[in-house]
Amino acid sequence: MKSLKIPLFNSGRSPSRSYIKARTLLDHVNKGEVVVLMKGITKKFPGVIANYRIDFDLKCGEVHALLGENGAGKTTLVSILYGVHQPDEGEIYVYGKKVRFKSPKDAIAMGIGMVHQYPKLIDSLTVAENIALGLRQASVINPLPKVEELIKEYSEKYGLKVNPKAKVWQLSAGEKQRVEILRVLMYGAKILILDEPTTSLSPLEREDLFEAIKNLAQEGASIIFITHKLNEVMKVSDRITVLRRGRKIGTIPTSEADPHLLIKMMLGEEKVPQMISEWSLSRMRKHCEDPGNNIALEVEDLYVLGDRGELAVQGVSFIVRRGEIFGIAGIAGNGQRELVEAIVGLRRALKGRIRLMGVDVTNRGSRTIAEMGVAYIPEDRVRYGLVLDLSVADNLILRNYRRNPFSGRIMLNRSYISHWCEELVKKYEIKTPSINVRVRCLSGGNMQRVVLARELSQSPRLIVAFHPTMGLDVAATEQVRKLLLAEKERGAAILLVSEDLDEVMELSDRIGVMYDGRLMGVMKNEEVDVKRISLLMMGVRESEVDKDKARKGV
Amino acid sequence: MTSSLIIELGHLLNISIKAGTPLLLASLGEVYAERSGVLNLGLEGIMLIGAATGFIVAYSTGCPELGVLAAIVAGAIIGLLHAFVCISLQANQVVAGLALVMVGTGLSSLMARDYVGIALKRALRPVKIPGLSRIPIIGEGFFHHDILVYASYFITLILWFIMYKTKYGIWIRAVGEDPSAADAMGVNVYLVRYICTTFGGAMAGLAGAHISLAYTPMWVEGITVGRGWIALALVIFAMWDPLRAMIGAYLFGTTEVLQYWLQMPLQAMGIDPSLLGTFPYVATIIVLLVGSFERIRKRIGAPASLGKPYVRGF
Ligand SMILES: Nc1ncnc2c1ncn2[C@@H]1O[C@H](COP(=O)(O)OP(=O)(O)OP(=O)(O)O)[C@@H](O)[C@H]1O
Ligand SMILES: [Mg+2]
Repeated sequence: MKSLKIPLFNSGRSPSRSYIKARTLLDHVNKGEVVVLMKGITKKFPGVIANYRIDFDLKCGEVHALLGENGAGKTTLVSILYGVHQPDEGEIYVYGKKVRFKSPKDAIAMGIGMVHQYPKLIDSLTVAENIALGLRQASVINPLPKVEELIKEYSEKYGLKVNPKAKVWQLSAGEKQRVEILRVLMYGAKILILDEPTTSLSPLEREDLFEAIKNLAQEGASIIFITHKLNEVMKVSDRITVLRRGRKIGTIPTSEADPHLLIKMMLGEEKVPQMISEWSLSRMRKHCEDPGNNIALEVEDLYVLGDRGELAVQGVSFIVRRGEIFGIAGIAGNGQRELVEAIVGLRRALKGRIRLMGVDVTNRGSRTIAEMGVAYIPEDRVRYGLVLDLSVADNLILRNYRRNPFSGRIMLNRSYISHWCEELVKKYEIKTPSINVRVRCLSGGNMQRVVLARELSQSPRLIVAFHPTMGLDVAATEQVRKLLLAEKERGAAILLVSEDLDEVMELSDRIGVMYDGRLMGVMKNEEVDVKRISLLMMGVRESEVDKDKARKGV
Repeated sequence: MTSSLIIELGHLLNISIKAGTPLLLASLGEVYAERSGVLNLGLEGIMLIGAATGFIVAYSTGCPELGVLAAIVAGAIIGLLHAFVCISLQANQVVAGLALVMVGTGLSSLMARDYVGIALKRALRPVKIPGLSRIPIIGEGFFHHDILVYASYFITLILWFIMYKTKYGIWIRAVGEDPSAADAMGVNVYLVRYICTTFGGAMAGLAGAHISLAYTPMWVEGITVGRGWIALALVIFAMWDPLRAMIGAYLFGTTEVLQYWLQMPLQAMGIDPSLLGTFPYVATIIVLLVGSFERIRKRIGAPASLGKPYVRGF
């Protein structure tokens, strides 16, 4: 049996005093001096070694990028610094002082702040309440008006728009991420940990965030930045540390790095050539010839309400044929979520029709729609795609446990299920100690893979994919794209909604742009013009785009 | 005619509030415990211990106020015990709560076995608030009570204020909703839960004291007659909101009183009046039934982590 740990009031000793100490310490820290030193960090979880003897240092005023495949141990390493986990071995020094954080509270007191890979926000509270939760300046009595004011001030300063009075459950993934980032900025942390902070941000917000990161570093903050996007790394970081399977591969200055070298460090020598060929494979994607009149999904003049009762989708019509990928580009929060939820039956349509394979399924409920062969990869996978406290296997069979051979009349057929799940785990390269581990214990990217594996494994007729590659590492991203293309070749219809314009353009046969609840400028892939799409994404009307072109004589 | 009706109504309101007060006190405490994520099904047991302790101390010192204090302390100790078992040892909260009921029932009758049938010489007496008590109906209804009823008015308001208008209230709601998110923001989840659960125990003890020192100032075994269970249902009925708990408590109090008032007319109509006596319990069952559907629970705002122990990092 495990030894019984009794977590009785285990907060740090008088955090206010150590906070003051951190503050005064900070005045003596010069640029380039080491503020965080982690030595020989080892962390084991049942069945995996998440970190093995990792040395890591962070200098004052630098942006230090942390790279690695899904499950490499990045989140674990920074969680140890943030006091969420205790290391099995190793030492941590902050501002030269040896520390042992028992909880995030202790880390916060030393001026460390973290943006979590999956926003740690409380759904039923408002944005302001969530921020007031740990804000030192928040007064005890009636803190909200002041906090709301502060939020406005900061969101203007950093270009991260949020509505302080909105309840968190109403927010899109992007909005949640903005709140989470805003929060650490407001807490005035001097050591910032950003764990994949840009996955749900729009390109503009991303630029603003990079700007903010650079400014903060300039002002003397030190930043750990985790991402899977190599161009982001090259753009903002000063140094890069690469992890692979829990071990550190090396630390190099960004000036000496290039994407090819980084991929080699992340994946290991052997794997690289294969990767490249995968890339070229996806480039060589075959264009399907007009597959005739096989309409899989038809949306007609659809109106849908958003959470706040506003018209989120206004008169959208389009069709998706079998063997076709229809891409919807657009900045988050322009009605994509509501549109998708209406199609899969999670949200009522106010007006309009949705037909699947010619059958009217408007407002018919998600189970009916799912049983017609619709796979759904939701935007917020952790909340809507997974049951965190169930095992990997149980999550994988969520869609078909009712059917033969997964279950008999009464009992689940466990041996068939585990066989089937093992196959999926292998095929989708889900890194997990076993299929009986709770999904909560997987790394962020591997959680995504569980959803993908479940949804794509049942030969769906329609795939509704919302940001399908969000949070996946380089190799996995390519793999998912390849999978989608394979599904398409098999004859599935695919509705791809993504903010990543490159992704939409690379995969889709036809592309539409969503802005303010309307779908505009549907065009064939061959006719795509990046400039035109970008303008449409920012709300310039079709007619104006054309005028703009005419003026310039294009 | 009308003046006697006014007096009657005032009287009905008065007794309803009096009967509702122990329900209110216990459910206020439970609102806090559950909002922080700890379910305490043991209210009935803690109320019994509070009632017994309060009675014994009041009887032997002759001072009911001391009895009230003793009941609060006794309730708090049991609440603390529940907190330790549920939070630190991570035991199943339903089982721990049910165990408390049995412990409370047994312990209270053991403690007070020499007092059975004895009435309290100096109980908590109703006091009229000068001026206010002269308002028709309302005056008799709200302002002619013992000190604990007056205290309950203030406690309700203060608890509502703390819950919705202070930083601590945000902490409590956050901890009951998503402890790992609260923890990540530096809120001490364990401490908040300990405080709320202990406070819930103290309030249940106080509720017991009101029964044995003011409402029916004497000792009989099982003096709370299931009010702990009604208070639990009330928490759901109130959707974990202190103000709504007050309204609910007085409604339940009214039904408790009505069974005596309607006895004669019912008998005249040939209906067994003891049927009425089951009303609070039937209402309780209905509320619990409705409140146990997952979808409804979500809609009425049940704390999402209610009943789940928290372990960091998993
Ligand atoms: N709480 C936990 N319990 C058990 N195992 C865990 C836990 N957290 C992480 N792991 C395991 O540790 C390993 C490293 O996970 P980690 O989350 O650090 O990866 P990561 O580098 O952040 O990956 P990603 O890019 O997918 O987010 C994974 O194999 C994961 O399954
Ligand atoms: Mg991670």
